Formats: sequence, structure tokens, C-alpha cells
Amino acid sequence: MTALVEVRNLTRRFGGLVANNDVSIDVRAGEILGLIGPNGAGKSTLFNQIAGAYPPSSGTIAFDGRDVTALSAPARCALGIARTYQVPKSFDSMSVVENVMVGAFVRHASSAAARRAAGEVLAFCGLERRAETMAGELTPPEKRRLEVARALATRPKLLLLDEVLTGLTPSEARQGVELIRRVRDAGVTVVMVEHVMEIVMPLVDRAIVLNLGQVLAEGTPPEVVSNPAVIAAYLGERRRAA
Amino acid sequence: MDQTGTMPAVSNAPAATAARSTFAQQRRRQLLQGAIVLLLITLLPLFVTNAYLRNVLVLTLLYAALAQSWNILGGYCGQVSLGHALYFGVGAYAASKLFVDHGVVVWFGMLAGGALAALLALVVGYACFRLKGHYFSIATILFAEIGLTLLHNWDYVGAATGIQWPFGADSWWTLQFARDKTPYIYVALGLAAIVWLVTWWIEDSRWGYWWRAVKDNPDAAQSLGVTVFRSKMAASALSAFFTAAGGAFYAAFVSYVDPDSVMNFRFSLLMALPVVLGGIGTLWGPVLGAALLIPLTEFSRSYLGGGGNGVDLMIYGALVMSVALIKPEGLVRLFAKRMAAR
Repeated sequence: MTALVEVRNLTRRFGGLVANNDVSIDVRAGEILGLIGPNGAGKSTLFNQIAGAYPPSSGTIAFDGRDVTALSAPARCALGIARTYQVPKSFDSMSVVENVMVGAFVRHASSAAARRAAGEVLAFCGLERRAETMAGELTPPEKRRLEVARALATRPKLLLLDEVLTGLTPSEARQGVELIRRVRDAGVTVVMVEHVMEIVMPLVDRAIVLNLGQVLAEGTPPEVVSNPAVIAAYLGERRRAA
Repeated sequence: MDQTGTMPAVSNAPAATAARSTFAQQRRRQLLQGAIVLLLITLLPLFVTNAYLRNVLVLTLLYAALAQSWNILGGYCGQVSLGHALYFGVGAYAASKLFVDHGVVVWFGMLAGGALAALLALVVGYACFRLKGHYFSIATILFAEIGLTLLHNWDYVGAATGIQWPFGADSWWTLQFARDKTPYIYVALGLAAIVWLVTWWIEDSRWGYWWRAVKDNPDAAQSLGVTVFRSKMAASALSAFFTAAGGAFYAAFVSYVDPDSVMNFRFSLLMALPVVLGGIGTLWGPVLGAALLIPLTEFSRSYLGGGGNGVDLMIYGALVMSVALIKPEGLVRLFAKRMAAR
């Protein structure tokens, strides 16, 4: 499999804190990649830099064979990188379908075409019945779906999911997992940040574990969970806590 | 269907199709409402023959247009400007200078003033859109005050004495009518109708959705491909253009401009308040707000006025506070049940 994203020697400092320290990872085309690690490991920082929310202190990010390090978030979206937010950021003065249209306008100039595309994405995400509801009135799991729908409407090659499954009930999480599988099956590469291992491990093809801003381990879920360094840094702590 | 295989075609569920058609119906209904209101106001001069009332009608229509222009930036894009007097004044002065010194008629003056104000709005925006919320609003006040001070001291545009329009024969060409002010009603109505129509069009255009996304959540908008800074600049330029066109019309209407009669802070307030009162970011809010507020201002000025320059402002204050307490979304929401989906 070829690499869709190539992150090389990425370092990001916030004042004196080094949130990412010389991180180099690949995201392979067509995979579901889990980005995991304890709180403060630098998952969100890495995620935000790939999405273009802020620039790295040093290092490069290439997407689809092209250096995107200097590109803004909207420019990366146009190239095919889409993201969701951990705390849903819906446009609450607009209806659900209008929220999705905002994303669809990246690919469609006319509002009729954008509305049609948004309708298709809503159906894909199981939100078609809520199309005319105001976004502010959605339930929390529906808001998560809206985040995904809005991102999908930009027709991404890469979808970055920031803790979309965290805090859901088991049945909601199962539906979420099913949606993410369908997104991948539709040809979209998925990177998901999660810190609840039990949820992500059955879903992802590969996992990268971050700890203290560095890559601790990388591999298939069974490889990762049996890695002694991972157990010490992360699983062990959690087991003890639970 | 350009959904080239990426997304399985689960599309065209009957529910979605139905929703789309009601949306189209709603858009057509708004146009119909607009046409009816336009017709009623066109007929109004037949019944309103009193010169004073006609004057109030002209101002009300002018402020409906100005408030609608302000709403483009303040309501849809969420950038609350309190410096729109700058653009109003620029339009008024550009039209006056062009007509008085160069004989260029006000119809062209509206466009030239509008273009100049749009350019100025880009300059102001470049400086101010780095600021957010209240800081942005305060910065816009500063720009308008700088403009006012410059006008007061700039001899080329008559400094503090301003520009007096020459008396001439009544004419549509020069838009000068000394006796019968009725033509001004129709020109102001035309202006209000144009800005209303542009707003109606924007509501279902890419810019309209992007602007509202910028207002609701700029970060999320960025991540969905919306260039936030450029969106704000576009809204600002369009809003300034129509505000200045209104200023140019006002100059022709009163045939005289001086700094405080066209660029006072009061104008900035008078453009924003009808929108807040009527409903911010709505199609009919500015019209409704202007229809209530401007006659009220004029009447309170003439009946309570005299020395007490300020009673009208107290009344605004009270009105805006009542709306904020009772119906924060604006008076237009009182009719909301009829506009189900919005």
C-alpha cells in the first residue's frame, strides 16, 4: 500500500512544552489508522497539524505526494483532507442539511448541487430524517454524525476523526463503528484519535501509539497491545486505574 | 449525479426530495411576499399626501435599505460593525463632489461612491478582521471617527462647511426635486428593493452559507474549506457598497452634506438598530425594524424634540432593551410560525 500521508520529523512546541517531538509516521491509502496514547501524549497536536489547524515548529507533512506543510486548513480541505472535532462544532443557526451544504460547497458551486450532495451524504450517515432540524437541537450522538457528514460532504481522501466514539453508549458506539467501516469501504482513508483502546482496537487496521510526544509503538492491534513498552506506558496504568 | 462512486447511491430518498421541494416553495413564497410589500408601498403615496409624512416615508425606505446592507455583514457574517457611517459618508461625499464639481449625475455617483466605499471596506477589513467580537466593533468605530475628523479638516471637500448642491430644475436625471418629494420615495423604494433582492439571493448562495458558517463557528468553517478572512472581506465590501449607494441617495435628497450630517456615529447606530430590533440575520428583520424605528424617531424628534436632542435615543434604548428581554431573536420571529422551516 502506498502512503497517503507522510509525516517527517514533525516537532511542535507550545512555549516550553514539546507536544510532538520528531514524529515520523505514514498513513497508508485505504486503511483505518488508530492514533492512540494516554492524555497529553500529543495525539491531538499531531492530528491538528495534519488538518492544518496550526503549523509545525519544524518538520514536513506530505499529502498525496505533495508537500502541504505551508498550506492553510481550507486549502488542505480542497485537496481532500477533512476532519471532525472532539467537541462538536455545529453551525447552530442553520439546519442539519445546511450544515452539510457548507462542506459540499467545496466541490459544488451551485446551491442546488450542494443541497443534493448534502442529501446524499445525510442518507449515507443515517441522518436524512433530521435534515430540516436545526443543528442545535440534535442529540449528542447525532451531532457526532453531523460532524462526520459535514466532513464527508467535502469529498475527502483522508478523514480525520477526533474521538468520535468517546462518550457514546455501547450501542451508539457500535453504530458509529459501522459508519466508519462504511466510510472506509467507500474509499476514504481514516485516521482516528481515541484513547479508549477497547473501542478502537477491533476497528483499526493499524495503530500508532504516542507517548510524551513521541512514537512509542506502531503495528497491527495485536502487535501493539502485546508490546511491553505500550503496556507499561499506557495499558498497565489503565488496568491499574480500573 | 457527480458522486463518482465514492459514496454509494443511497440518494433520492423520497423524504429528501420532499424537503427540497418545500425549500423551493419557501423561497418562492418569500419572493411573492416581497412583491406584495413592494406593490403596497408603491401605492402608499396615493394615500400619504402630507409632505412631512412623505419625508418620513423616504427616510424609512432609505433606512430599510441601509439596515439591509448592514445586515449582510452584521447579520449573516456575524461581524458587528459600528462604523458604517464611514461608508454612508463616503457615498454622500463622493456623489456630492462628483455632481457639484464635475457635473456627474448621482446615479453614477451611487456606483462610484459604492465602489470607493467597497475598496475602503477592504482596507478597514484588512486591519480589523484580525480582531474578534467586541474588539472588531470598537475598531470600526475608530475608523469612522478618523473619517469624520479627516472630513472636518479636508479643504478639498469643503472641510467643516461641507458641500452645498446647486439649485436647479426638477429632474430625474440629476435627481433633484425641490417641490414634490414623491420621486424620492420611489428611488428609495427601488434601492431598498434591490438590496432586499440581493439578500434574498445571497441566502441560498455559496457566500450565504459560508458567511453564516463563519458567524456560527469560524474554526469549523475553516476545516470545511471556507476561507474565513476572504468571506468576511467579501461581506464587508458588499455591505459597504450598498451603504454608500444609500449615502449618495441621501446627499441628493437633502442637497447638502457636511461631516456631521452624513458621517456622525448616530448613522452607524441607526443602521444597526433596526436589524437588532427586527431580527439579525433574517431577510425581513431589517425592513420590519426600519418600519418601526424610523417613523418613531422622526415623530419623537418633531413632537418631543426641540431642545431635548436625545429623547429619541432614549426611546431606541428602551425598545432595544425590551426586544432583548422579550424576543432576543428580533420581532420578525413573532411571525416565525408561518415560516415553519426557517
